[in-house]
Amino acid sequence: MEAPIRATEFLRFTLLSLLFFVCRSSPSQDLLISNAERRIDLTSHIVKVYLTLKVENAGSTPTSEILLAFPPTQVDHLATVEALVTKGKRKKTTLARLDVKPTELPDAPNGTKYFTIYLSNPLNSGESTTLEVLYLFTHSLEPFPAEIGQSESQLVYYRDSALILSPYHIKQQTTFLKTPSTKVESFTSVEPTNRAGTEMKYGPYEDRPPYSFSPILIHFENNSPFPVVEELVREVEISHWGNLQVTEQYTLVHGGARHKGVFSRVDYQSRPNLNGVSSLRYLLARLPPRVHSVYYRDEIGNISSSHLRTDSRKSELEIEPRYPLFGGWKATFVIGYGLPLQDFLFESSDDRRYLNFTFGCPLLDTVVDKLTVKVVLPEGSKDPSAVVPFTVEQHLETKYSYLDVVGRTVVVMEKKNLVPVHNSPFQVYYTFKPIFMLAEPLMLASAFFLFFVACLAYLHIDLSIRK
Amino acid sequence: MAAPETSTAAVPTLYTNNTLRNAFGGVLSFFILLLIGVMAFSIRLFSVIKYESVIHEFDPYFNYRVTQFLAKNGIYEFWNWFDDRTWYPLGRVIGGTVYPGLTLTAGTIWWLLNSLNIPLSVETVCVFTAPIFSAFASWATFLLTKEVKGTGAGLTAAALLAMVPSYISRSVAGSYDNEAVAIFALIFTFYLYIKTLNTGSLFYATLNSIAYFYMVCSWGGYTFIINLIPMHVLLCIVTGRFSSRLYIAYAPLVVLGTLLAALVPVVGFNAVMTSEHFASFLVFIILHVVAFVYYIKGILSPKMFKVAVTLVVSVGLAVCCAVIAVLIALVASSPTKGWSGRSLSLLDPTYASKYIPIIASVSEHQPPTWPSYFMDINVLAFLVPAGIIACFSPLSDSSSFVVLYIATSVYFSGVMVRLMLVFAPAACITSGIALSQSFDVFTRSIKFQLPGISSNTEVDAAETSSATAEAQNDAVKTEKSEETSKNRPSKKSKKKEKEEKPSTKAKAEKRLLALPLDSSVISLLLLILLGAFYVVHCVWAAAEAYSAPSIVLTSRSHDGLHVFDDFREAYGWLRHNTDVDDKVASWWDYGYQTTAMANRTVIVDNNTWNNTHIATVGTAMSSPEKAAWEIFHSLDVKYVLVVFGGLVGYPSDDINKFLWMVRIGGGVFPHIKEPDYLRDGQYRIDSQATPTMLNCLMYKLSYYRFVETDGKGFDRVRQTEIGKKHFKLTHFEEVFTTHHWMVRIYKLKPPKNRIRGKTKKSKSQKTSSTSSRGKRSGSGKKNPWQ
Repeated sequence: MEAPIRATEFLRFTLLSLLFFVCRSSPSQDLLISNAERRIDLTSHIVKVYLTLKVENAGSTPTSEILLAFPPTQVDHLATVEALVTKGKRKKTTLARLDVKPTELPDAPNGTKYFTIYLSNPLNSGESTTLEVLYLFTHSLEPFPAEIGQSESQLVYYRDSALILSPYHIKQQTTFLKTPSTKVESFTSVEPTNRAGTEMKYGPYEDRPPYSFSPILIHFENNSPFPVVEELVREVEISHWGNLQVTEQYTLVHGGARHKGVFSRVDYQSRPNLNGVSSLRYLLARLPPRVHSVYYRDEIGNISSSHLRTDSRKSELEIEPRYPLFGGWKATFVIGYGLPLQDFLFESSDDRRYLNFTFGCPLLDTVVDKLTVKVVLPEGSKDPSAVVPFTVEQHLETKYSYLDVVGRTVVVMEKKNLVPVHNSPFQVYYTFKPIFMLAEPLMLASAFFLFFVACLAYLHIDLSIRK
Repeated sequence: MAAPETSTAAVPTLYTNNTLRNAFGGVLSFFILLLIGVMAFSIRLFSVIKYESVIHEFDPYFNYRVTQFLAKNGIYEFWNWFDDRTWYPLGRVIGGTVYPGLTLTAGTIWWLLNSLNIPLSVETVCVFTAPIFSAFASWATFLLTKEVKGTGAGLTAAALLAMVPSYISRSVAGSYDNEAVAIFALIFTFYLYIKTLNTGSLFYATLNSIAYFYMVCSWGGYTFIINLIPMHVLLCIVTGRFSSRLYIAYAPLVVLGTLLAALVPVVGFNAVMTSEHFASFLVFIILHVVAFVYYIKGILSPKMFKVAVTLVVSVGLAVCCAVIAVLIALVASSPTKGWSGRSLSLLDPTYASKYIPIIASVSEHQPPTWPSYFMDINVLAFLVPAGIIACFSPLSDSSSFVVLYIATSVYFSGVMVRLMLVFAPAACITSGIALSQSFDVFTRSIKFQLPGISSNTEVDAAETSSATAEAQNDAVKTEKSEETSKNRPSKKSKKKEKEEKPSTKAKAEKRLLALPLDSSVISLLLLILLGAFYVVHCVWAAAEAYSAPSIVLTSRSHDGLHVFDDFREAYGWLRHNTDVDDKVASWWDYGYQTTAMANRTVIVDNNTWNNTHIATVGTAMSSPEKAAWEIFHSLDVKYVLVVFGGLVGYPSDDINKFLWMVRIGGGVFPHIKEPDYLRDGQYRIDSQATPTMLNCLMYKLSYYRFVETDGKGFDRVRQTEIGKKHFKLTHFEEVFTTHHWMVRIYKLKPPKNRIRGKTKKSKSQKTSSTSSRGKRSGSGKKNPWQ
């Protein structure tokens, strides 16, 4: 318990220093948040935070940028930030997505990181607007105890602040936390704090100056498995003969409390509710519809425990690892499948072709630490370009596959720290002349032709010295 | 391809008609051969279709791992590979102790495919190597039998070999073992030998040495070749069939072959040092003496020759005696008389069970039972005698070789089940001869009585023509032997020559051998029925009996197919959830799989080169927990893996193998005594079992908490309740058990912290335990904890 106490002290110190910083200049004092409600969902290992901000422009100049602040410890685990603005009044409200970009500010106190929300319409002075912000954290639940036995349940820490960190003055704010079960070992109390069932309520707090911070620590039970894909390589191979071959290589790890000591199969099998409750027994992968030739294997062969359910709208592949994954246990496997090409490949208006495919990991409710998507274009395609809704690292490679001569262009995209939200479509544009499809059959045909000609020639040549 | 020529046709043999027929027969037999190859390949794919494309069993995993290493690191690294993942702490020099033929073959195929940008994985190449080579083997059988008895017999033999169950059992897709390529190499070497013998061509003799080299690379069974061919040479000499062709067939093989064989690291100087090779050298000398005598005989007058003979024989005998005496003295000085253990157990079937339990413990080294003959070669067993008789009419150099081959291989297959594999090609060749000869006789007598038939149905004609070919080829051969192939005509002129010579002679001969029409039709039908039965049996054997990969088990029950994938579950667990340098102890059967699939260091594996090491593991398994812990701890073992079939009824588990552990362990460490584990000579694990048995490590690791599954502890393999039900482990802890309990992995508990008062006591225990452990105390391995 020493470490958390030290951490809280450290945070308290931060808070004081932050308060000190407040007196100095901070970005656009004109804005203030009249009401903020934050709901933190701790039920799975991906922490979801829904933030509803009512922003008011108290200044004189119209502004279209609103800043979100995150402490540096959280920003490392931040997977995605999305902001929506509510438009219209009362019943006819619609939600519009807004651009969110990370921003560096020169005088950020204590390494605070910022994200800027760009409003579509500038907020005039005196006006107010309501923003819905969703952000997700991965790896933010720290198992404590860090090692558990087979029959123990998994307890985790969650650290945050009771007050929303913001560069703006917040008039009123409330934070709700939802835990997966009623079993909460301990939590920091910042009055007023209420706990009822699986929900905890911090607040309401009135009139907090910018950069207010009040660290809280919640220790609760979370028995859901923490499937973390440490590395995922998705290879999408386009064949203009009508098939799209997808190969996904997973390195899966259970990111929860590490398993300690004995694993007893007899306990695990006879008392599944008490034993290994947090173990990872199966995973569900949602694949596109009309999927065919699905395989699920690892480096030593086929893994027989999988089920595929298909219907017209989606396919679901339920896979079990070779063994149940306890905390810290690893497994690697490969999922491969074929898809009809016409569902994913289209021709764009400027006579180019483009592939429209999902970016993220098809496994439900998993965190991907590092994802590499490789789109293998057919041999002979030119000027590839990728359009991805978020920033990724891109480069090109060349791959040689069946009887290739010049090699296939591979568009490689890499991204770190992904959550299911990232399962959005991306496009790869390229130009391709259909004549290249015939290159390999023609090559084979000519090779055989030459071979037969050689045979013919050999049969008709008499190489013997004596007649 | 010696195109068969249809002299039986009633039509006068026009030259153009004949060439057309020849060409047609040639093309037809080419396509038949192609189809035989396709069949040989595809009949072995049942395992892939029914299960998956995966390496099978035990040894193939090692070969697969070696091939992976070769593909990754290249040939030079491969020769120098010292494997520290096995036989801990000794390690194993892989490059010098492995027959590299298979690995190099698959590695070359893989490299070739990848340089053509065909990205097949090493595993895929390994899985399909055996089926590809069985197609080659059936083609080689065709060539060999064609040399002996003509095209018809060749095609029949090739078809038989393509699906003989004995060979299928070792060459299904995934069975990536030495035998997969070695059988091809064996048959091909024999073919080249016969070819050389028939043609006297030095070109073929050289090829023969190279084929022999490939065989030496591939399999330890090459000693069979290097003993069988000398035997045949000797037989030829004794029966007065010495010729210059025989000399050319044999002498280059011995010289070149031995030199080449010595290049293979695993053979090395054994090629001249061990007794397995002595026969070849002895015959080499005899051959030269005989050749010399023939030469002398040629240049001397008969009278002078007689004088010379008496002189040389008297002097020569004395020299020979001296040389032989020296040799015998040399050989006798070595304890095994210069023979390796496996060869000795071949010569003396009781040898292994008396002295080397480790060889006797392998099920494939047991003598076969009669049903296994029927299972493995089926109707061939009945056709073989007929084939032998056919070989005697007329007896040529080549057919005498076949007779010798079958006679020796029958003996060897009778000693070891595994050598059924060597017997199978011989059986196929002789049965091919028998079938084709009898088809020939029957169809000829039918045709003789129905003269119109042959001109109508071309296919029938071609079939019979191929069947009739061997008689003519024989004729060719007898003539050839007279000519001793002084001239080597080019392919085309040779063909023409053949076409002209034997026709009239064979025709006259055949008219005499006509059988009544009805009886020959019935016999023909019966023969076809026999063949059909063989085909049905082979397909069944390929599909049901021999296609299981043995690492995945399936069982059918009322609610569908059940898959037991426990082995890979355990290996996968070890691979991902233990430290990469952890050592895993298990019985040696699982060594190869553990290194290949789990990538963990093992203490012993299926290459049973160090009996003491295996005995150490056997002793540990048969010792009580504490002693076992000490042994394992001294070997740095972190995990112990046992295979247990009691829950699901998997019979080849460690409890059933346990007596061999006791025997092998007891062979080196005498404090392990087999009778301690037996109650009145019976091996049992129920309440009647001896306390030694109930307290040994294997029992405890297998049955730990087993009673909690059903409350009684009923073992489905032994069909009994276990003897000791509730017990605790003090020095081991269960870390993983697979879904069906087939593999259980235990971790050695770390040694307890040293308490001052107890050190002395444990020290005294240590000394007593080390003395009881015999040799281990002398190994100088200090245990820092005691």
